[in-house]
Amino acid sequence: MNAVAVEGLTKRFAGSVALDRVSFTVAPGELFGFIGPDGAGKTTLFRILVTLLEPDAGRASVLGRDVVKEFRALRERVGYMPGRFSLYPDLSVEENLRFFASVFGTTIGAERARIAPIYAQLEPFKARRAAALSGGMKQKLALCCALVHRPEILILDEPTTGVDAVSRREFWELLGELKQGGLNVVVSTPYMDEARRCDRIALIHRGRLLAVDTPAGIVRAFDRPLLGVRARDRFKALLALRAFQHAHSVYPFGEVIHYTDQRKNAPTETLTADVRAFLAAKGFADASAEPIEPTVEDSFIARTASSGDQLDGGAA
Amino acid sequence: MSDVTIEVKDLTRRFGDFIAVDRISFEVKAGEVFGFLGANGAGKTTAIRMLIGLLEPSGGTARIAGHDIYTESEAIKQSIGYMSQRFSLYEDLTPRENIRLYGGIYGLTRKQIRERSDRVLARLGLAGVADDAVRRLPLGWRQKLAFSVALIHEPHIVFLDEPTSGVDPITRRQFWELIYEAASAGTTVLVSTHYMDEAEYCDRISIMVSGRIAAIGAPADLKRQFGVNSIDELFVRLARPQSETSA
Repeated sequence: MNAVAVEGLTKRFAGSVALDRVSFTVAPGELFGFIGPDGAGKTTLFRILVTLLEPDAGRASVLGRDVVKEFRALRERVGYMPGRFSLYPDLSVEENLRFFASVFGTTIGAERARIAPIYAQLEPFKARRAAALSGGMKQKLALCCALVHRPEILILDEPTTGVDAVSRREFWELLGELKQGGLNVVVSTPYMDEARRCDRIALIHRGRLLAVDTPAGIVRAFDRPLLGVRARDRFKALLALRAFQHAHSVYPFGEVIHYTDQRKNAPTETLTADVRAFLAAKGFADASAEPIEPTVEDSFIARTASSGDQLDGGAA
Repeated sequence: MSDVTIEVKDLTRRFGDFIAVDRISFEVKAGEVFGFLGANGAGKTTAIRMLIGLLEPSGGTARIAGHDIYTESEAIKQSIGYMSQRFSLYEDLTPRENIRLYGGIYGLTRKQIRERSDRVLARLGLAGVADDAVRRLPLGWRQKLAFSVALIHEPHIVFLDEPTSGVDPITRRQFWELIYEAASAGTTVLVSTHYMDEAEYCDRISIMVSGRIAAIGAPADLKRQFGVNSIDELFVRLARPQSETSA
């Protein structure tokens, strides 16, 4: 039995389509990630999976139970961490946890073993009001509250958004440990670099799944050589490259410009030589070009750009 | 005015016994894109609030576009633009109305406002939606418009607080191209961000840890100096000890 099975799921809000015939499955024990920007449909999808919202069409089951017909049976088995901080800001860390435990008919004491690794980090602040915690600590408390009733699956909506890089890394380490402990984990994030933490990912954009695969598989499907171009004046070099007759895509990626060529099957040596020669002729004597490995972000860009509806950037 | 647009020396801010910003010093030049990084609680926001004239320092000095932060905070406000992820535009107003509002606040003439509105709307490809409520625009368009509005009075320096949070990767890159365009026209850009890969778009970055600047330099130089492959790795190495004690 799949941990999650979704088929043809569709949800509309006042004329706009939030989810457009989405289908995927999550295997038991998998750490599965949805990667996409704000407005892609991640939250709508998760709210359907945790029985807070009904789909307009299609079906979804979690742990073998239909999210519409069997919502009561499902709620006890699902741990949900919403994207927006939704604990009680005026209650202390301990009071929040005790409250969530009691709602599900259990106690912190009874669940101690389960939440121990996370609670250990929160315990020094257990008397502090939730509102006064740092972003990273709030996320850990929310995770604890989502775990306290021993769910069989955890569904986490953007748990690392707005949290600094250190706390994000710690949070992903915790998710990895929970997965090792046998828990199903479905998580969403707008940070493309977090994709590699997942067993499989779905790229989601404007209510549609662009691809579902392992992070390595997503990258492998990148269908042409990718060059990393460096030049001292990268902005001017970027503008110059855009005007190169063979340019297919030219994007800034930090210190490097990522370039693909229209000549899809040309040998990379030809492409690097051509790009270097072109830039040298344009006055960028220091420019270099070399083949590089694409990232999940390159794949995401390639898939959204080729859908042809991206011209002016992000009609979400 | 000299080539240095942000000049900070021993800047300090205490809240009671807590030292939020502890004698930080750095300079940023005209046309430079400077990344201002740090874990939550490291003192970034406090430092930025002092630099934009919203918070009085406990000690040290700083000059912003040549103006003293103690005595010339009004002149500083005229010389800077500010854009934050949380609030930037009035969503019930149209793009054109937002531009007119900000232009008016900064004392531009009607003629200047009209000319700059047309230029911005054309540059961003927003002419067709210039009279629609901003809330109906996609997030990415709003972010780009907010950036252009922050530049409407042609400030020497623009402060960007998490400007690209949540936008799709293509829009994020278009946003960075707008930043580069502004910088190549001479505007100093100071960006704070949680996207560590984004730090690598900056000419130079600083990383704050516990109120101090723990590292400062060009991303490539810092990676070499600390022997790391990415700014993310450097950030975690510098900030990890601090994160275990703060909450």
